[in-house]
Amino acid sequence: MRVAVEINGEHHEREVEPRTLLSDFIRHELGLTGTKVGCEHGVCGACTVQLGGEPVRSCLMLAVQANNLSLRTIEGLGDDPEHPLLRAFHEHHALQCGFCTAGFLMSLEPFLRDNAEPGEEEIREALAGNLCRCTGYLGIVEAVKQAAGEIKPA
Amino acid sequence: MAGDGGVGAAVKPAAFEYSVPDTLEEALELIGAESRPLAGGQSLVPLLNFRLARPARLVDVNRIPELAYLRKDGAALRIGALTRQVALERSPLVAAEWPLLREATRNVGHAQIRSRGTVGGSVAHADPTAELPVAFTALDARFHLRSSSGARTLGSEELFRWPYTTALAPDEMLVEIEVPPLPQGARAGFVEHARTHGDFAVAGAAVVLAPGRYAAVALLGAGPKPLRAEQAESALLEGAPAREVAALAAELAGGGYPRALMADLVRRAAEEAGA
Repeated sequence: MRVAVEINGEHHEREVEPRTLLSDFIRHELGLTGTKVGCEHGVCGACTVQLGGEPVRSCLMLAVQANNLSLRTIEGLGDDPEHPLLRAFHEHHALQCGFCTAGFLMSLEPFLRDNAEPGEEEIREALAGNLCRCTGYLGIVEAVKQAAGEIKPA
Repeated sequence: MAGDGGVGAAVKPAAFEYSVPDTLEEALELIGAESRPLAGGQSLVPLLNFRLARPARLVDVNRIPELAYLRKDGAALRIGALTRQVALERSPLVAAEWPLLREATRNVGHAQIRSRGTVGGSVAHADPTAELPVAFTALDARFHLRSSSGARTLGSEELFRWPYTTALAPDEMLVEIEVPPLPQGARAGFVEHARTHGDFAVAGAAVVLAPGRYAAVALLGAGPKPLRAEQAESALLEGAPAREVAALAAELAGGGYPRALMADLVRRAAEEAGA
């Protein structure tokens, strides 16, 4: 089945089986390996990408479902090393092995867009859909607090 | 195809045919016992990935715009089955007039699940730990079903039968949820307990109260489907304190820990609703 998608502003077209997951499509077909695959049943959040500006689990979508839609992956955010969220993660050591990081960033970026001054409780709730098995959550919470002060909500 | 080499062939679900109709009529022609609707996919796709579900065909209903709406019609709220959970969570109309739905939806999974998960999918999946079926049960919602040969409307009592089992026939689809108006000034509370935030709930309670006029208490985790606690509702309507209402409702949960937990959740939900 033919799938045409726009990812980070670039057009891609491939022939896939309907059962191909969007996460596998992004990684294996398009070679965009910044998106990580963890649990593959919607729990860990490592594969989070953005669809229409909202965070979604790419392991819970079929590639064919993204036909004619626009997605954004970590490669679309990572192009800007001065992005306040990326810089805050760096400065607060908000990652150890880094496997979960792309998922966290793709979830947090829309959260900060919608929440100008999140409290610690709200930040922790926003992080709840992403698992970090290095358990580096404190650094992540600190990074979000710093970035929240710098990002202007849309 | 599987086996045509390299990482490009990585697949998890068993093979299926895929259709993506753009009208409800077409979708209804396609669905049946081996041909299942795919809505938000937040429960179905994990089941496919584990190969616990192996439908011969998936009918993707995500491109049927006529199924996605949230509007007030007269005094009732009409929710198209394909409405995303996030739309319910963010709707000012829902927050103002059916606050229970907003509170319940905020407890559904995580933001990354609610962005894609649909209201109708959550109802039709009938997970006994799901929030929306319990909230709709508390609100006396009506469920509109369609098939290629007809239409019918069921209440919560008739729709939900057993865990993951509803009265929907294989060729029927849930198309709309209709929520009747609440009396002016009605307040609501939804409280649940989960091991970690966003995880499947162990137990929960939904309470709606308009003092002297309307009281509803619905329980999550007290049985194989959402339950209304009728004795607790009568007491609540007569002005009983939250603790007493909670004790009556908790009798429907098992003894020991489940009962103590349910009593605490109902008390907190009743207090949130102004009891």
